[in-house]
Amino acid sequence: MTILRLALRNIIGTGIRAWLNALIISIGLVAATWNQGLVSGMDEQAAQASQAIEYGGGQFWHERYDPYDPLTLEDAHAPLPPALQELVDNKKATAILVVQGSIYPHGRMRSLLLKGIDPGQGILNFATASLADNAAAELPILIGERMARAIGLTSGEVITLRWREPRGAFNAQDATVTHIMKTTVSTIDNNQVWLPLAKLQAMARLPGQATLVVLAPGTPPPGSLPGWIFRDSDYLMRDLRELVKTKSYGRVVFLIIFLSLGMLAIFDTQVLAIFRRRREIGTLVALGFTRGQVIRLFTLEGALHGVLAVILGALYGLPLLWLQARAGFAVPAGTEDMGISIGERIYPVYSAGLTFSIILIAMVVTTIVSIMPTRRIARLKPTDALRGRMS
Amino acid sequence: MTGNHLIRTENLVKTYPMGLSQITALNNVSLVFGAGEFSGLVGPSGSGKTTLLNIIGSLDSPTSGGAEVLGRRIEKLSHREAAELRNHSIGFIFQTFNLLPVYTAYENVEFPLLLLKTPAGQRKKMVMEALEWVGLADRGRSRPSQLSGGESQRIAIARAMVKRPPLLLADEPTANLDAENSHHILQTMEKLNRELGTSFLFATHDEKVIGYLRRKITLVDGRVAKDETFPSPAGKGV
Repeated sequence: MTILRLALRNIIGTGIRAWLNALIISIGLVAATWNQGLVSGMDEQAAQASQAIEYGGGQFWHERYDPYDPLTLEDAHAPLPPALQELVDNKKATAILVVQGSIYPHGRMRSLLLKGIDPGQGILNFATASLADNAAAELPILIGERMARAIGLTSGEVITLRWREPRGAFNAQDATVTHIMKTTVSTIDNNQVWLPLAKLQAMARLPGQATLVVLAPGTPPPGSLPGWIFRDSDYLMRDLRELVKTKSYGRVVFLIIFLSLGMLAIFDTQVLAIFRRRREIGTLVALGFTRGQVIRLFTLEGALHGVLAVILGALYGLPLLWLQARAGFAVPAGTEDMGISIGERIYPVYSAGLTFSIILIAMVVTTIVSIMPTRRIARLKPTDALRGRMS
Repeated sequence: MTGNHLIRTENLVKTYPMGLSQITALNNVSLVFGAGEFSGLVGPSGSGKTTLLNIIGSLDSPTSGGAEVLGRRIEKLSHREAAELRNHSIGFIFQTFNLLPVYTAYENVEFPLLLLKTPAGQRKKMVMEALEWVGLADRGRSRPSQLSGGESQRIAIARAMVKRPPLLLADEPTANLDAENSHHILQTMEKLNRELGTSFLFATHDEKVIGYLRRKITLVDGRVAKDETFPSPAGKGV
């Protein structure tokens, strides 16, 4: 208790220097919390968007379907098993047929995926209804904004679609872009066009067949279905989580840089304090302090910088972080194409665990940095210290 | 080394390395001090006064020979035991006062009692008593930076005396004080020696201090050159 009291008095007595050190560390703490909150917010938003717009409550894939291998598409379709058909009929699932094809916008050819979906489905939250709206168009298609930008298409334009039928013959048909959708989920946008399921099934001569079936959130998957594999949310989100994790590594580096600056300041302060307060160290030893107690005193003083930083950080950081969580962070232009479903604003999400972890890391590192210079005290002779000399 | 004494040194030798050679600070010093003495180590700079005082105060250890202080063999004490001895039984007064700058005068005096874990009520009483001994009961709230040199040294005396140690070691206590403050300090210490029976051992070459001593040990080149005792102070008021 005496050591704590003395350490507190000493650190307060240091004045502006202690507060400057604490301020640097607190900036690191607040910035790190904000950054991690941003990543968490991004993760949560992306997960919600992906679930609502692409993954639903899990998917049944045809056993040959591999989204990363277009060559599998030719054989990756089959009629729906009765259990899945029943879910589709009850609007608890929606079927998607994926066929390889190409389009010819403005005289150029572009290979892509043709995806058929029921225009009346209500499971995935994107504008499939527009495929039913335009009765005038014989073959309405829906494309995403990124795709439209990439190939220079606008709503109402007519383009030629070409695809291969099961026996290998190529077929083609003109299609009208009935709607260009704006979506945060780039994986339903890039390099694909959406068209009514029934039309694609007819075009590809695959009546009643599908490549995958998306379940509505909360719908329990039927048991094992031969020829079909169930992919749950965890599986479907795997890539997204990996991507977020990769992005958080960058933030960890950011945290390390900021904390290192603060720690350098503390280390410097500690070394200077031991040098300047040699006589005081000698006096404490003469009064009955052991070397261990002197080391504890200086370590505690250093570690208290961390406590001051937390207090200071809480004073200005809490309102700032709260404001950010409410107002969100405007995503800079261009980040929508970075492969993650980000809206126009990211709303940081701060968890108690996240904040506590950052504070704990800062406290532990501060204490370690504070201990290091105190090794000199162990070598310091009290008689030299009293004369103001270093041993 | 046994007998009715407070301090006893026997063939005490202390050498320091200086480059490739060794400097002998103390050379076969054998002395005995009884309880209640008001004595001083005198001699020119480098004669070994402070070194002897530091060994007696368990801040340093001898190269050879032995020192027994309050029944404890200094050369055999561990760091912790030495700290305990200083904490319980020895008071120090330094030339530069060495008050803790962040504490008030009161807290500086209270500090040794905190280390001894003295109960709060008793602690307050003892601190006030110590401040009264040195005539600074009204300056308890002042910080060291607000005190004059004389006042600072009186607070340092109160800090050294508050736990009522049987032995008080003072290293050049008047070196930074003017004549008036020096006499004031010395009179205070003499009074405490007389009233509380505390043994005082000085290291000094200040004639004003020497004038108050009842025993004067002259050190020259680390050896005891002269050991004189006086029935009354050696020459008060010099």
